[in-house]
Amino acid sequence: MADTYARSLISPAQLNRARSKIVYRIVLTAVIVIFTLVFIGPLYFLFTDGLKSTQEAIATPPTLYPHHLHPSSYVRAWNEFSLGRLLLNTLYYAFGALAFQLVFDVAAAYSLSRLRPALGNVILAMMVATLMIPAMVLIVPLYITVANLPIVHINLIGSPAAIWLPSVANGFNIYLLKRFFDSIPVELTQAAAVDGASPMRTLRSIIIPISRPILAVVSIFSLVAVWKDFLWPLLVEGGYNPPRETLNVGIWVASQTAPENMVLAASAIAAVPTVVFFLIFQRNILAGLTAGGIRG
Amino acid sequence: MADLVTLPQTPGSRPARRRTGAGGARRSSAHSLNPRLRRHLSAYGFLIGGVLCFALFSWYPMVREFIMSFQKSQLGVTSWAGLANYRRIFNDPTFWTAWRNTLEFTLLALLFGFAVPFFVAILLNELRHAKGYLRCLVYLPVMLPPASALLLFAYFYDPTYGLFNDILHTLHLPTSQWVLSPGTRWPTAAMISVVIAATWMNMGGATLIYLAALQNIPGELYEAAELDGAGLFRKIRYVTIPQTKLILSMLLMLQIIATMQMFVEAFILDGGQGVNNNTESVVYLIYQYAFAMSSASNFNAAAALGVVLLVVLGIFSGGYVWLTRTRDHLSRPRS
Repeated sequence: MADTYARSLISPAQLNRARSKIVYRIVLTAVIVIFTLVFIGPLYFLFTDGLKSTQEAIATPPTLYPHHLHPSSYVRAWNEFSLGRLLLNTLYYAFGALAFQLVFDVAAAYSLSRLRPALGNVILAMMVATLMIPAMVLIVPLYITVANLPIVHINLIGSPAAIWLPSVANGFNIYLLKRFFDSIPVELTQAAAVDGASPMRTLRSIIIPISRPILAVVSIFSLVAVWKDFLWPLLVEGGYNPPRETLNVGIWVASQTAPENMVLAASAIAAVPTVVFFLIFQRNILAGLTAGGIRG
Repeated sequence: MADLVTLPQTPGSRPARRRTGAGGARRSSAHSLNPRLRRHLSAYGFLIGGVLCFALFSWYPMVREFIMSFQKSQLGVTSWAGLANYRRIFNDPTFWTAWRNTLEFTLLALLFGFAVPFFVAILLNELRHAKGYLRCLVYLPVMLPPASALLLFAYFYDPTYGLFNDILHTLHLPTSQWVLSPGTRWPTAAMISVVIAATWMNMGGATLIYLAALQNIPGELYEAAELDGAGLFRKIRYVTIPQTKLILSMLLMLQIIATMQMFVEAFILDGGQGVNNNTESVVYLIYQYAFAMSSASNFNAAAALGVVLLVVLGIFSGGYVWLTRTRDHLSRPRS
């Protein structure tokens, strides 16, 4: 996509004129400078302000760089807010949710796409219809349900399952996976069936290897969703000691009482894993965003 | 396609042995059971985990919300309350303030979060250099934990030691209280501050989706427009916008629905309410009813509020579906 040249708004002939070339250079430089300032600038302050002392962090006027380096606020933030534990919690919730989603949603989408049980279309429609219902609207009844599951009467509040299980009910996953599975040629699965492969074997040996791109998209979105969620983990995992919150919630809790430089140090530490994750997987993430369709 | 279909490489002997062993046994048992019933049963076996999760955590809570909104609960005894919960929320003056604020946020967020990414995408699409770098830049904030980004903005917004007031001061412009501005007249400085932070955090997603849509516009359309003597703005008006109309309208709808659920931005920047309730949103009010009024926490009133929000959002998405359907129908013969 990057180098195969397709023309856009301004024609290549126009762009090749000497005057246009100069204008283009100026615009390009301006865009690069402005975008770097707008998007990297705040991150610069995020990482350097944590190095200031408590007094310097709230000095008027603010200093543009730490005049006296205090790397100790990073260490203090790490220890006092138990950021290590919060990070482990977040990873545990995120990868657990991912595992549950991959197992249940892939199996369900496979069943709806290939095994086609009776009433499958009704179930599919009901699953995809949940996309129309914004998550925030259901937060109260969902909380009550998780606090006391119907029939079995189990309270999931405070357990990781309170994050893992509701994450499976994701109409977007079902929609993406089912659409992808539908596009796999029927001949492949039929050939497997002729060879005596069970549905499970077909899923494992044919569907999943072909579906790697869409599984990557679903995985990335599901990890990021748990990582970025705020209100739900605050409600179901908040207020325990030792903390059970995610990083995103934990640094907010810490910000309620801690001095400004510690809050910024904690925010910077919380930002590091996601920035690294993004830099490693940026190609997949950016491609998944457009290939996988739309998600606000 | 053929190169995609690479079955896992396993030593030749193992799969063969398993096929004759386990497969043979399965085939004989299949004869004893009605094969169609068997097929349906195994299909349901694959489906059951997903269906249970949807039932418990999506379908049931939805029904529950409607039922709860007509009930009351006192000392653990639940009874019918008719419309009492609805009367209570409609009589709460904060209800109307919260709706006004949510509407204000939605309009402002559309102004910033819908138009800005579109023009940024058009700009980025024209550049022939540093494409990957600029794309990464725009998307980077989307990946940050929202609390990190918002705590940083709260720090920038601080009226005494914040960076933003320092910049304004250096430029000899009047400084502002930002999120802590007490004003309640539209558009409030407090809400604009919330929207700026929200736009910075979220614009990457929309920008990249627009960018992909722009790249799908056939170049001949621009060439044809040029032959007809169209300038830059006319090309945008008559080629770019119509060609991306579908994705524009879809993102518009999704953005309206997303912004009407605004919660975390104001919650972290100013505690959720703001000064004089000027950033209190509907979802924050739900949160307050359900979880923050410790003595009078009222899940039933919160559920009623949820139903109202659901109905309003339902009208929006229903209206969108209806509008796009008729528009598709009308525009097809023309294009």
